[in-house]
Amino acid sequence: MSTNIKRLLMVSPMLMAFALGLFLYQGIGQDPNNSESSLIGQPLPAFKGQTLLSPSRAVTQMDMLGKPALINVWATWCPTCRAEHEFLVDIAKQDNVRIFGVNYHDQLTAAQEWLQELGNPYVFSVFDPKGVLGIDLGVVGAPETYLINAQGVVIDKLTGELNERTWPPLRNKYLSLLEEVN
Amino acid sequence: MIKATLASVLFVLAGLAAPVAQADIKSYEFAEPEMAQRFLELTTVLRCPKCQNQNLADSDSIIAKDLRAQVQKLINAGQTDSQIADFMVQRYGEFILYDPPLNKSTLVLWLAPFGMLIIGLWALWFFGRRTHSEGAMLTPSELQQLEQLLADNQTPAKD
Repeated sequence: MSTNIKRLLMVSPMLMAFALGLFLYQGIGQDPNNSESSLIGQPLPAFKGQTLLSPSRAVTQMDMLGKPALINVWATWCPTCRAEHEFLVDIAKQDNVRIFGVNYHDQLTAAQEWLQELGNPYVFSVFDPKGVLGIDLGVVGAPETYLINAQGVVIDKLTGELNERTWPPLRNKYLSLLEEVN
Repeated sequence: MIKATLASVLFVLAGLAAPVAQADIKSYEFAEPEMAQRFLELTTVLRCPKCQNQNLADSDSIIAKDLRAQVQKLINAGQTDSQIADFMVQRYGEFILYDPPLNKSTLVLWLAPFGMLIIGLWALWFFGRRTHSEGAMLTPSELQQLEQLLADNQTPAKD
């Protein structure tokens, strides 16, 4: 065996151990809940549901198309949803952001009262008490917020609270989608 | 004494081997008993997306309950195991499989154990080799050199 091969044999496991260390190191601090949604790049799933405020009204995914929008998954039992609600009302009113709601595993009257009490940032909220739409969207838990383009293709997804810190990156994408439409 | 220790070890082992509390399987109804068995197997190999390291059968989270009901629905609708797995992967990604397929994003996951084995073998060889050479015999000329060095060291230094 030539000395070069010997040297390589000696050094390569050390390099492998080092590479493994680097790989594991970059995983530290990554939130496993933020693994990328498999829905990104896919069109919205087809659904048919009723809205929260006028339960007789049937809506489908077609009603969310035409302009870029956010789809916010929320519930009255979810404390983080309460925390982000004011922020949603703000961006809907002040920045005219189009937001649809998915009311997830909730009770009709409790959800209706919540909107009356805290304000309604949503064009409409789909009432999804059994989480059927939730499964098709790949919802893991509330709150989650999806960004869709005018054609209804999912562009991005945020797991957790929408606030001053998490909105700006989504906002940039939202604004560039708006420009595409105009 | 030994008997008592052995008995307690066996006792602990028996506890470990006892079936883990499963989701109440009886509340899920199936057209055929064979389907109930498939339900058990599927909810064991599918991971709860919310809880990181629990399967669908063991988790009590809302999403795990929903997905258990979904698995039941799909089984009763006559879907095969791989169709159901595809359904879940489409929505929740390969994360949901406890046994993910080998592809670009799981390459490290699958190859890391072999890499670690190589590192371990290398360490055995590397450190084993060193102790081996320590016991090697010296050639007569080396022995002479060593004696010379030792003798030199014993003569007191002159200041």
